[in-house]
Amino acid sequence: MTDKLLPPPKKNPQLRQRLPTLPPQMRSRAALGLTAAAARGAFELQHCEECGAVQYPPRDACCACLSVELAWRETPRDGTVIAETRIHASPDPFYRERLPWRSGLVRLSVGPTVLCHLHGDVGRGDAIRMDLKLDKAGQGVMIALPTERTPDMADDPQLRSLTAHPKHRRVLITDIRSPAARPLIDALFAAGASQIFVGESESWRRGSDHAAIAALDRVSVLPLDVSDPSSVKKLAAEIGGKVDILINTARHVRPGGVLGADTVFAREEFEINALGLMRLAQAFGPGMSSRTADGVNSAVAFVNILSVHALSADPQYGAFSASQAAALSISQTLRAEFRSSGLRMINVFTGPIDDEWHQPLPPPKVPPKALAKSVVEGLCEGVEDVFCGDVAKDLEERWRRDPKVLERELTGGGA
Amino acid sequence: MKRQNYDGVVVTAPVSVPYVRYSQQTAHWWIARALKQTLEVAELSPRELDGFSVSSFTLFPDTPVGLTQHLGLSPRWLDSIPMGGASGVVALRRAARAVQAGDVDVVACIAGDANRIDSFRQLLSSFSRFAMDASYPYGSGGPNASFALIADAYMAEYGVTPEDFGRIAVAQRANALHYPGAIMKSPLTLEQYLSARPISEPFGLFDCVMPCAGAEGFLVMREDEAQSRGLAYARISATIERHNAFPEDPVQLRGGWVMDIDELYEMAGHGPEAIDLLQTYDDYPLISMMQFEDLGFCAKGEGARFVREHDLTITGDFPHNTSGGQLSAGQAGAAGGYLGLVEAIRQVTGQAGGTQVAKARTAMVSGFGMINYDRGLCSSAAILTGEGA
Repeated sequence: MTDKLLPPPKKNPQLRQRLPTLPPQMRSRAALGLTAAAARGAFELQHCEECGAVQYPPRDACCACLSVELAWRETPRDGTVIAETRIHASPDPFYRERLPWRSGLVRLSVGPTVLCHLHGDVGRGDAIRMDLKLDKAGQGVMIALPTERTPDMADDPQLRSLTAHPKHRRVLITDIRSPAARPLIDALFAAGASQIFVGESESWRRGSDHAAIAALDRVSVLPLDVSDPSSVKKLAAEIGGKVDILINTARHVRPGGVLGADTVFAREEFEINALGLMRLAQAFGPGMSSRTADGVNSAVAFVNILSVHALSADPQYGAFSASQAAALSISQTLRAEFRSSGLRMINVFTGPIDDEWHQPLPPPKVPPKALAKSVVEGLCEGVEDVFCGDVAKDLEERWRRDPKVLERELTGGGA
Repeated sequence: MKRQNYDGVVVTAPVSVPYVRYSQQTAHWWIARALKQTLEVAELSPRELDGFSVSSFTLFPDTPVGLTQHLGLSPRWLDSIPMGGASGVVALRRAARAVQAGDVDVVACIAGDANRIDSFRQLLSSFSRFAMDASYPYGSGGPNASFALIADAYMAEYGVTPEDFGRIAVAQRANALHYPGAIMKSPLTLEQYLSARPISEPFGLFDCVMPCAGAEGFLVMREDEAQSRGLAYARISATIERHNAFPEDPVQLRGGWVMDIDELYEMAGHGPEAIDLLQTYDDYPLISMMQFEDLGFCAKGEGARFVREHDLTITGDFPHNTSGGQLSAGQAGAAGGYLGLVEAIRQVTGQAGGTQVAKARTAMVSGFGMINYDRGLCSSAAILTGEGA
């Protein structure tokens, strides 16, 4: 059984801080299919469209019949460890600082042999559940996990290096007024977070939750207005070195399309939803990027909560949808800019949240508690793209199938 | 169809350029040195040479084509054998057929590689597409980790102990002490082998080869040509090669030799009992033990018992890797795939000096190469005969 991860000791500023390095990140184009699946928590391998043979490592032609029609499909994860090793010597700078490192060979029930990372609870002869996860280089990698979940299994150092688990980490939630703020605090503490900072803008305008949240143990409510550059910089100067996970809950929503609406509302939406994200990233990103290899409470993830209409506009919320598309685009650039540090950019795409601004919409809507659960699950699993609620999942599937058809359905024209 | 024999073709002028742990010199430099030496033995000038076969990992951005201009050669037959540890035997069998068919008179077969500081890491990280995608990112242990996995499964399957592997390494070190070109120059005991620092379990330090720079070479020509030049030569009685054998095996517990070994002995006209000395490809003692089994010296799973019952040194009852193998002589990249072959030519032509095995008339050489993902894909073997010492 995995040893329980202990809270990190207070840092000694005279000791060397481990600098961010990445595991090998070059991949063939075919192998990026693993990365794409891992990014959303799926387990997919290539299946031959002609003979059905399952392929691994990823290929350009079937090793059984030479067909070039290989499709990525959800695949059974079960297999057996047939060999294991503990690596004590490596020429790679990333692994040299993390030795010894265990890897193994697993025979999957669907056929191929997979060379993979081994969770500490599995060894030769064991039945396992294979998982695909993103490593620090942002590439999809295989890790063999125990078939049964055990209480502290996420504490395994090799598995933990592939996730953004909140345990013993300090979190900044940027907007206390988000209906998800309180459920997020509860879910993060349940997952083992050590401290939570909560941003509050215009503190003279206290919301009903302020007193309850401010009274919580290990929670600090601090002034933060993402539309104000100096406010963001001031908070980063104060707590930037202590933020291991940043969850951006700030958002501004007003209903209405583009033709009839006042651009003042649109400006506010872009100011908070798109430029606010940029300000947060500019203020907190560099500091977080420098601490991604810094022990148990290293900086690990920057989480952005987006409407799923970032993918395809909802005309009833036209300017808001545009701000979400802009935020998604910014997050993709940030992901590239964070890449060299291993800091993970997680986008949580949600359907309409059950709050005051989405009252005109019919159900199903996402309860704030469900959104909080998705965010924390995304961190615990280490995925890059989380789709929360039935509306978001349904829309993602339709978007993946055909973005144009989805657009027509959303803008009227589907039966 | 029954394969033709190699009558009338011989292999001669074996040369080894002494290995160096790290060197600033390029593969071109190492290959040039081996080529010059082997041509000097035969009293051939570079412009006279009409056949050239090259194996190297570190020629980039050149290929053997670029080498012809670089080295001032005008061959009418040019080959590139990118098969790592299987390169020597494969280069030999291709060259022998070309000489036999009259496409070429003399082929110089050369393997050489550079080893600068950090070049090993760079080679590992881009060794093959499958390695880049599916093995190197998993701890970056390189071939040590990949073969450790094979060793783990092999030991569990056949009840092999570290001592069994150790016997192979210790005997080879004893042999290397008689080979002036070996990188390793101090004796190795079984206790030292067993207490070595771990590299990738179950492997310790003395299971692993030392990457270095160096080159090896030999000439292939017609027998009458060798006679007229007064060269000592060896005959080729049989050869085999195979790639990606047994792809359905979940883990590599056997190599490609198993598919072809019967044909090898049939062509040679004898069985394993007629072999006077064996040169295996020893990137790890495990792989040598696998070859004892797959080349028919013992049954599958009997490799451990075989090494317990035999003395693998130069003066023993089963002389094996008489120049110390890569484990003790060093692994000079693709030249590692030539080391055993060049030593075997010296042995059966009575030119092995300090490592000479008495009455060494029939030698077997086997090659193994290219761990593309989870297993070595190339296997090869040859039987050479000569007058011996």
